Amino acid sequence: MARYIGYKRPKNTKKTIQSLLHYFGYHKWLLALVILLVFISTAANLMGTYLLKPVINRFILPGDRQGLLQAVVAMAAMYACGAAATLGYKQLMVIMAQKVIRRIRADLFEHVQQLPLPYFDAHTHGELMSRFTNDVDTIQEALNDSFTLLIQSFLLFTGTIAMLMILNFRLSLIVVAFMILMILFIRFSSRRSRRYFQRQQAELARINGFVEEMVAGQKVEKVFNHEKADFEEFCRRNEELRRASTGALTYSGMTIPSIVCLSYINYAISACVGGMLALSGGLDLGSLSSYLVYVRQSAQPLNQFTQQVNFLLAALSGAERIFELMEEPPEEDTGQVTLCRACREADGSLRETSGSRQEAGDRPAGAAETVLAWKLPDGTFRPLEGRVRFENVVFGYAPEKTVLKGISLEAEPGQKIAFVGSTGAGKTTIINLVNRFYEISSGQITYDGINIRDIRKKDLRQSLSMVIQDTHLFTGTIADNIRYGRLDAADEEVRRAAQIANADSFIRRLPQGYDTMLYGDGSNLSQGQRQLLAIARAAVSRPPVLILDEATSSIDTRTERLIEKGMDAIMEGRTVFVIAHRLSTVRNSEKILVLEQRQIIEQGNHEELVAKGGRYYQLYTGQFEME
Amino acid sequence: MLRRIFSYFHQYRKYLVVTVICVVAESFFELVIPLMMADIVDVGVANGDTSYIIHKGLQMVGCAILALLLGIGSARFAALSGQGLGAELRKEEYRRLQAFSFSNIDHFQLSSLVTRLTSDVTSIQNSVSSGLRPVCRSPVMLFVATGMAFSINRNLAMVFLVALPVLGFLLFWIIFHVRPLYTRMQTAMDAVNRIVQENLTAIRVVKAYVRGDYETLKFAEVNDHLTFQSEKAFRLASLNMPALQFVMYGTILSILWFGGGMVQVGTMKVGELTGILSYVMQILNSMMMLSGVFMMVTRSLASARRIVEVLDEEPEITDQNAREIQVERGEITFDHVYFKYNREAPEYVLSDISFHIEAGQTIGIVGQTGSAKSTLVQLIPRLYEATKGEIRIDGRPVNQYPLVHLRDAIAMVLQKNTLFSGTLRDNLRWGKEDATDEEILEACRIAGADEFLGRLAHGLDTEMGQGGVNVSGGQKQRLCIARALLKHPKVLILDDSTSAVDTATEARIRSQLAEKLPQMTKIIIAQRISSVRHADRILILDDGKLCGEGTHEELLAGNAIYQEIYESQKEGAEL
Repeated sequence: MARYIGYKRPKNTKKTIQSLLHYFGYHKWLLALVILLVFISTAANLMGTYLLKPVINRFILPGDRQGLLQAVVAMAAMYACGAAATLGYKQLMVIMAQKVIRRIRADLFEHVQQLPLPYFDAHTHGELMSRFTNDVDTIQEALNDSFTLLIQSFLLFTGTIAMLMILNFRLSLIVVAFMILMILFIRFSSRRSRRYFQRQQAELARINGFVEEMVAGQKVEKVFNHEKADFEEFCRRNEELRRASTGALTYSGMTIPSIVCLSYINYAISACVGGMLALSGGLDLGSLSSYLVYVRQSAQPLNQFTQQVNFLLAALSGAERIFELMEEPPEEDTGQVTLCRACREADGSLRETSGSRQEAGDRPAGAAETVLAWKLPDGTFRPLEGRVRFENVVFGYAPEKTVLKGISLEAEPGQKIAFVGSTGAGKTTIINLVNRFYEISSGQITYDGINIRDIRKKDLRQSLSMVIQDTHLFTGTIADNIRYGRLDAADEEVRRAAQIANADSFIRRLPQGYDTMLYGDGSNLSQGQRQLLAIARAAVSRPPVLILDEATSSIDTRTERLIEKGMDAIMEGRTVFVIAHRLSTVRNSEKILVLEQRQIIEQGNHEELVAKGGRYYQLYTGQFEME
Repeated sequence: MLRRIFSYFHQYRKYLVVTVICVVAESFFELVIPLMMADIVDVGVANGDTSYIIHKGLQMVGCAILALLLGIGSARFAALSGQGLGAELRKEEYRRLQAFSFSNIDHFQLSSLVTRLTSDVTSIQNSVSSGLRPVCRSPVMLFVATGMAFSINRNLAMVFLVALPVLGFLLFWIIFHVRPLYTRMQTAMDAVNRIVQENLTAIRVVKAYVRGDYETLKFAEVNDHLTFQSEKAFRLASLNMPALQFVMYGTILSILWFGGGMVQVGTMKVGELTGILSYVMQILNSMMMLSGVFMMVTRSLASARRIVEVLDEEPEITDQNAREIQVERGEITFDHVYFKYNREAPEYVLSDISFHIEAGQTIGIVGQTGSAKSTLVQLIPRLYEATKGEIRIDGRPVNQYPLVHLRDAIAMVLQKNTLFSGTLRDNLRWGKEDATDEEILEACRIAGADEFLGRLAHGLDTEMGQGGVNVSGGQKQRLCIARALLKHPKVLILDDSTSAVDTATEARIRSQLAEKLPQMTKIIIAQRISSVRHADRILILDDGKLCGEGTHEELLAGNAIYQEIYESQKEGAEL
């Protein structure tokens, strides 16, 4: 026990429930209908029990066969209503529960899309996945059955208490006292098991993360013979999970017998006190018997409720984790400047035109020349040119540790800017600042003279195309993966892009060509082939600014030469940022920036830098030491 | 299937037995207490015996407390056995999963494997933990109550003989039809997981291309499908309750009608009629409990099958031909090796590869993108198994070495480097579990990783995110080399593992390796000629075939492909 004390206490149950209720709010009428049907079903059930005595007394004892038939038919009608209501609320509840669950999952996914990158760096994928599966599951479990049972228990509870009070007010006080005791106990014990449920969900997420990471990195595990150590680590976490969930179920499971026990004691005391009263003449025997029957029944709803307690508690813990994730602040995006398509008026000013504003290069036949332009909040336009400036930019992943200091640079439209420098000098970091994957600590970056913080992120990133170091592919066909760059690209355009990237030849050799399915991040392709697909993806998207981060690192130099022409075609007229360790790739850049020790130490074109005989010269000659 | 799952109870089986005992004993008390109660009214009050009333009352309280203790015991032991079973299942699944080859994993897909280890197991362990109690109690209640009913009036109790089979049939029908629906629901769940997992892995691509909305749409599709499947399954399953009420109400009315007739004719007393009616409630209540458990079990069956699938999957690469031998020198021979990933694939990825490497030699491998260089070297530590032909180390086929020894002797730095979440030190210790800081620093020195260690926020204690997001590509590569060196391998394979390292550093690593570890066989896959030109021999691969072998000078003189590669790199230098 002691070791769990430091664990998070149940917090903010109220808020979690409120958030959940908010989801039900979308289906107010459905919910009302469900409650009504539960009421009918419960009432039919109760009435049936209640009517037995009068039917026996009025028809069976006097031998009124006709009357009995009428009574049975009437009861059958009532029961039929009850069963139909049960059928109705059960079905409606499933429908509503699924609607709620779907919405929660969709909202969660949408929110995850908006989280900033540092969040993903700090959490394993499996841990996040767990919220979609294990945590959502707990809510579903509770909604399917427990929710209606909860309503039913509540109705039964109030009904029986009222009945007891009518039968004998004084005696009912004993029952009420016990009820309060039971409710207090349920509160106490559920608080206690809540902690374990929270722990259980958290441990489950950690196991999820662990397995996901280990399987994804299995080659490394095998190469290092690390199976045993990982297995031990897994067992350790598995044991933690087992303890947490055993604790959760023990405490929630204990509630049932405890409530049963309390209800027996209640029963015994009621019987004794009732018996005494009967002896002293305050009560007749018949009333005592029927009173005691109700006492016995009064425990039923609470019992029913405790049966559901573990589902409800697990659901609360699950919901809390889900809403916690939903409350993570999304990427900061206060930019007002948007991207639009504009055409140039005779006087040279810009005017917004309708139509697709995403794609550069398309020009409807016969239309005036349209360009992409920034639409400023004051309603004026500025053409999108691709001029990027860094002014004294400082950045660190953690506040105390700067990765880049005092970076200033300027990229003119259409220029090719290359970053070179030893590994870890901060090249990738610089370009991750341009598209605001990470936020700079001080200084500013402007894009066509606009501070990038003022540009809506969506539009900013749409104006940039990026090929990153690690290629990621999605389950789907090869064509789908290339089309990720621009969703409405025609088959012909996809093929052309693949040709530019020199991927066409290997794709056509695959059994189903462009329709070959890729699974598991394209594990059946070589690293180089994956990079070619990533380049094709960038080629099809045709943005004004292109960022290539080690885009050809796994491609051999012969193939690289083959795609060089294609690459030149993609880069034509665009501002390009290139990171490459292979200097042949960056040689023809207009500007080469040499990064070292978190700052730019040299800049200029190839000839200038070689002539300078500095760091660039060293790097350059290092590669071709054979000459 | 269930028996198969239950065989994993292992040391938790005893708790299962204790649970059953507790529950049965508890339900016994539950039957006794109402009898005492009746005594209070019928004997105590009727005779006006106050002390008898108090005495019985205390007895009841005593019984209630005993029942409570048994109840707590059953809760505790049910939790222990159910969650214990879950833990054992997860452990066993994970153990199997570690032995899987990549084709095994591809068969299931990563995201599905993760669900099979978590939510499927959760479903089973919860069925056990919360199903045990009703499963043991209900039959006791059912039999006792039915027996009572029959003892009261045999003829009237015949109604049960109609009601129970009807109910049984209805429940069976529901369960029979809902089972395949649950399976489909789980498959739909896998699809949701897959989309989430891919999205998280590729979040940078998603953000760079502003595809958040597109991904959300993609997600909406699988989400809707899952909703559709779950709704279908749960709607059918929820028919269970109305079906039960239908039968229960029918039974009550029949008993009222026929019983009423009997009372009127005089073959039965009124008290007996009310008695039977109260047993109807009890019988049908326990039926309801049981049917709830059946529903839960049906749902777990779908999960059970998915778990058993994992447990039954045959790992492709095993130790079955292994003998207790170790790699001594690191001499490697490829003897007419053919390979394809998939037996059904029409073309070989590697065909007819033969070469020989002496221990201590440095071998370079170059070739075009997609020429299967990586595949070739992954055959050596048996990450994949050659389809035809033989690979020998020190003259013995690789499958004669136990996998542990084989992989211990061969260190491989993969092209797609992976660092794991944990500190840098933890990651490096993968190479050697008990490596001291000196050893680690020495390995880092050889791998050229020492120079940036000082710049990291906390040195060796720096936390790596999943996939090592906190260091750059080149740093990652050097750390991976250091990690491999800590193994003190006989063979070191570098699969394009210095591609993001600048040339000066790379040259330094190369000379350090040659100087500090001369006995080690080194195989280097590279794009740059400069990375391999000092090798003892260079192999040229083209489209899965070996088409040239020799020293830098020999190849430069006589191999067209090599010349072409060389030209492509030299040309850059001259401009």
